[in-house]
Amino acid sequence: MTSQEFASNVLPRRSLKRVPSSPRTLFSAVMTVVAFACAAIALIPLISVLYYVIINGAGRLGPDLFTQLPPPPLVKGGGFGNAILGTLLTVGMAAAISIPFGVLAAIFLSEFARDTVVADWIDFFTNVLSGVPSIVVGVFAYALVVVTTGTFSAFAGGVALAVLMLPTIVRTAAESLESVPNETRQAAIGLGATRFQTTIQVVLPAAIPAIVTGVMLAISRAAGETAPLIFTALFSQYWAKGVWEPIASLSVLVFNFATVPYKNQQQLAWAGALVLVGMVLITSILSRWATQRKR
Amino acid sequence: MTPNLQTARQTETVFRTENLNIYYGNFLAVKDVSIKIPKHCITAFIGPSGCGKSTVLRCFNRLNDLIKSFHIDGKIYYHDQDLYSSEIDPVEVRRQVGMVFQKPNPFPKSIYDNIAFGPRLLGYKGDMDVLVERSLKQAALWDEVKDKLKESGTAISGGQQQRLCIARAVAVQPDVILMDEPCSALDPISTLKIEDLLQELKEQYTIIIVTHNMQQASRASDFTAFFNVQANDKGQRTGYVVEYDRTEVIFQNPMQEATREYVSGRFG
Ligand SMILES: Nc1ncnc2c1ncn2[C@@H]1O[C@H](COP(=O)(O)OP(=O)(O)OP(=O)(O)O)[C@@H](O)[C@H]1O
Ligand SMILES: [Mg+2]
Repeated sequence: MTSQEFASNVLPRRSLKRVPSSPRTLFSAVMTVVAFACAAIALIPLISVLYYVIINGAGRLGPDLFTQLPPPPLVKGGGFGNAILGTLLTVGMAAAISIPFGVLAAIFLSEFARDTVVADWIDFFTNVLSGVPSIVVGVFAYALVVVTTGTFSAFAGGVALAVLMLPTIVRTAAESLESVPNETRQAAIGLGATRFQTTIQVVLPAAIPAIVTGVMLAISRAAGETAPLIFTALFSQYWAKGVWEPIASLSVLVFNFATVPYKNQQQLAWAGALVLVGMVLITSILSRWATQRKR
Repeated sequence: MTPNLQTARQTETVFRTENLNIYYGNFLAVKDVSIKIPKHCITAFIGPSGCGKSTVLRCFNRLNDLIKSFHIDGKIYYHDQDLYSSEIDPVEVRRQVGMVFQKPNPFPKSIYDNIAFGPRLLGYKGDMDVLVERSLKQAALWDEVKDKLKESGTAISGGQQQRLCIARAVAVQPDVILMDEPCSALDPISTLKIEDLLQELKEQYTIIIVTHNMQQASRASDFTAFFNVQANDKGQRTGYVVEYDRTEVIFQNPMQEATREYVSGRFG
């Protein structure tokens, strides 16, 4: 039997025309609608959060927010400049601690210890760490830093946030390094680069955009954390004088002011939430922009 | 292109293997290879898939060291130095024995930085612009990319990428260039360009090329090694060199019947 006979005998030639009522077309149409609906539903929480925060917080937006200190109860006006600064400072310290450690750990995992027992264990502990509730991390930083130094401090808050950021950074950085094709490594090694040169000069630069995205994700999560800061950075009504003192943060400010019965402070809590969301949004956009330009 | 037998005999040997057996773990991938690679010649490795051409090729610049289960017995000499002796630094070996891979693998960096990468590693102090231009010209790529040296090396066509990889390999002025099926992803025109290039490059470099293209081997090479594969009673498929001679002999008058069948396409 020739191949032509085979084709015409067993599989009759089908019409190429579209049949709108065929089960396949109908199924496809229904599934498209369902998928679209699910996507829309998934967006509802995000949109409603944004909606509430903007509705309630936008009214208080203004330069005062960024320059004034939080007012005592029943006093009008005020802002939370110290809390914005405090959030930037604690998150900045956390990033300064966790990015080098996290990226180096990821380099070790992906480039030097891939498929070894050590790597498996580090991987396992990173997973465990990412599942530890943030309040437990707060207690840990309290015991480690606050108790030993004898004071609540911005630094303690930074340590707590760093521990929270670490697993995300290690995981995303290791994944982005591993996604660099092996051919690229072999090209560098074939030119006489050492393992270390290959990693630093070829693999890491190729993975940077993806690593930056992961780091930004970790930073935006950390910026909104409240529980670990309550035990460590505490809060302060005043401008920060150093990293070894309690310091204000936006998330703790929102937590404090949202639960008091004073109108002005409640409004400030909403405005604080709005600024926090805005900061997270700006970091995401900046990181997207930075990584897209690289390609 | 046909080497004078006399001069070919006289030329220096770059690589010499003696009873080389190559293993991946317990698996004997290639057995008993004893060949000499002559200087400033193009040596082609041909043979059916899985017979160990790449495996042997990658022994010459110790790239197989990256594979944990890999080990050899027998000897490989590079200009009379035992390549696998513990005194040898594989990084130095790879600086003198460059490699072009089957799949073009430019770095995700600019064309310029792709070329400059190797020389920078070696601490090259001269004029980098001149070196980049010369390397690209040697790889017959200069005219096509001279206006976009700052653009990414991954944003050019596959054939251009492969020539970029060749330029990158010649930029460090190696002694030997190993090429593992460098044309397998290329169109006939790019392939011919690379073959022409080989003829120019052999003035300066010793070249070993793996190819599945019989015409390419017969057109472009001076010496040809035909590999075949043989299954033992446990079903392990081990490669070996059937015949190694000057290319005309392999293609016109081989000693072994298997070689004759393979080069005439009646193999299998
Ligand atoms: N990293 C590895 N680990 C274990 N076995 C391997 C490895 N690389 C190759 N082999 C085995 O070694 C043998 C020779 O493989 P090699 O890649 O050298 O063949 P080849 O002649 O280059 O084939 P092709 O023409 O398809 O590229 C094959 O049996 C292959 O399965
Ligand atoms: Mg191969």
